[in-house]
Amino acid sequence: MISKYEVLQTNHMIEDDNLDVRTITLGINLLPCVVDDLDRLCVNVYRRITGLAGNLVKVGEEIEKKYRIPIVNKRISVTPIALVGASACHAPEDFVRLAETLDRAAAETGVNFIGGYSAIVSKDMTRADELLIRSIPQALARTERVCSSVNVGSTKTGLNMDAVRLMGEIIRETAIATADRDSLGCAKLVVFCNAPDDNPFMAGAFHGVTEGDAVINVGVSGPGVVKDALVKARGAGFEELCETIKKTAFQITRVGQLVAKEASARLGIPFGIIDLSLAPTPAVGDSVAEILEEIGLESVGAPGTTAALALLNDQVKKGGIMAGSSIGGLSGAFIPVSEDQGMIDAAERGALTIEKLEAMTCVCSVGLDMIAVPGTTSAATLAGILADEAAIGMINQKTTAVRLIPVIGKDVGDIAVFGGLLGRAPIMPVNTWSCEAFISRKGRIPAPVHSFKN
Amino acid sequence: MQKRVIITVVGKDTVGIIARICTYLSEHQINILDISQTIVQEFFDMIMIVDTARCDRAFSELADDLEKVGKEVGVDVRCQSEEIFDMMHRI
Repeated sequence: MISKYEVLQTNHMIEDDNLDVRTITLGINLLPCVVDDLDRLCVNVYRRITGLAGNLVKVGEEIEKKYRIPIVNKRISVTPIALVGASACHAPEDFVRLAETLDRAAAETGVNFIGGYSAIVSKDMTRADELLIRSIPQALARTERVCSSVNVGSTKTGLNMDAVRLMGEIIRETAIATADRDSLGCAKLVVFCNAPDDNPFMAGAFHGVTEGDAVINVGVSGPGVVKDALVKARGAGFEELCETIKKTAFQITRVGQLVAKEASARLGIPFGIIDLSLAPTPAVGDSVAEILEEIGLESVGAPGTTAALALLNDQVKKGGIMAGSSIGGLSGAFIPVSEDQGMIDAAERGALTIEKLEAMTCVCSVGLDMIAVPGTTSAATLAGILADEAAIGMINQKTTAVRLIPVIGKDVGDIAVFGGLLGRAPIMPVNTWSCEAFISRKGRIPAPVHSFKN
Repeated sequence: MQKRVIITVVGKDTVGIIARICTYLSEHQINILDISQTIVQEFFDMIMIVDTARCDRAFSELADDLEKVGKEVGVDVRCQSEEIFDMMHRI
């Protein structure tokens, strides 16, 4: 029988350490909606999403009540819209109408974000892919809940540098289109290399074509729980440090597994994967940076940060893998700047730079995330940063992502405020030496030699 | 088969907390399997493990009812399905 100590420990994690399930994400295949008439396509898409996701929020709330565990977000991901709209959309404006349809469907079901306004262009772009990409600034300016992502490369295909260059321009245009809201649109736009098909986390979630008709994916969280456990391991050797992280990651992931199976059973939709990530929020005590500092750094960004993060990321995976029946998505530690109070503090005190963050992304789950940069940053420089990050993903056979926000009208020393889970971000300085001539080259960077495994 | 629920009660000690909660449980065919209760500096702290297999109320109604009963005697009562503790603490 469960002991009093175990009950107290679990409830302490929930109440004091912000243990929660970060997201239940319902993936929906929209390909059955496809017709070549845009009006009918919009109707089909709206009906399919509201039909399948009508109970998502209600079921999420019932599970919260049953276990008294907060489920912070209920979300939807859909088939990349560049595929869904390929035959009905003949101009960027047509795709924007689809985005508005997604937004209405998300509002109707009560989810806070819907992901999948996406194009997968790792090798080359179709006409529809390009139209969708060019529609992103208006789509994100005119909708509230739609999230967009573009996959510009992979280890198998190399980097599509035409798409990288275009995305540099699109990020700038999105920033300008949402300049009145501190360029908020860019916080909902992710540029990937090696994007997974089953990621439940926004803004990069989409329902890949390798998936079934509908799937439940769950993202767990819990940096506060890991931090609290590590306080008790102060001064201990690496063995004990690793054991503590693994045990905690195991417990966090088990909660995710429980919620995922219950949501799947109640909705009658198959369970896909658990994404065992440490996802911070701006709340005090819910920070990945604080874990790194607890491991022994005066401030995140100090020498040793990359090694500490590598250790953390690996132990989270080792602990979590045994706890879940199927692990996928991004899985690891997230290091978004604006969504993590410890990262914000480190950036403000000058301890953390974009270059150090880039090094950190070599060993953690995602990439340069929620970083605000000066509004004057050129499209070419943005594309250069995208290319660097994508190259890390391509060479290391891992997912990397970039969510940069060039905040129009703001410069180093200013703060951009996005609100809610998206947080606030100090504008970080960007290396201003030009990469224009490199970025303006046409074509792609070929796949690396170690991709030839057949 | 048992359907175990963990009831946690925390608040300022007063006369009749256990009585009120147990009365409700017996009225709704809920069997108590284990009780652990302490008082630290006038604070009442109790964890009960109960079996709701024969309970005539749905889980969410039970949770709401017990919260209300708790409020009447000035304590915080919460119900959780045992599975969350099993998942976290048992392999």
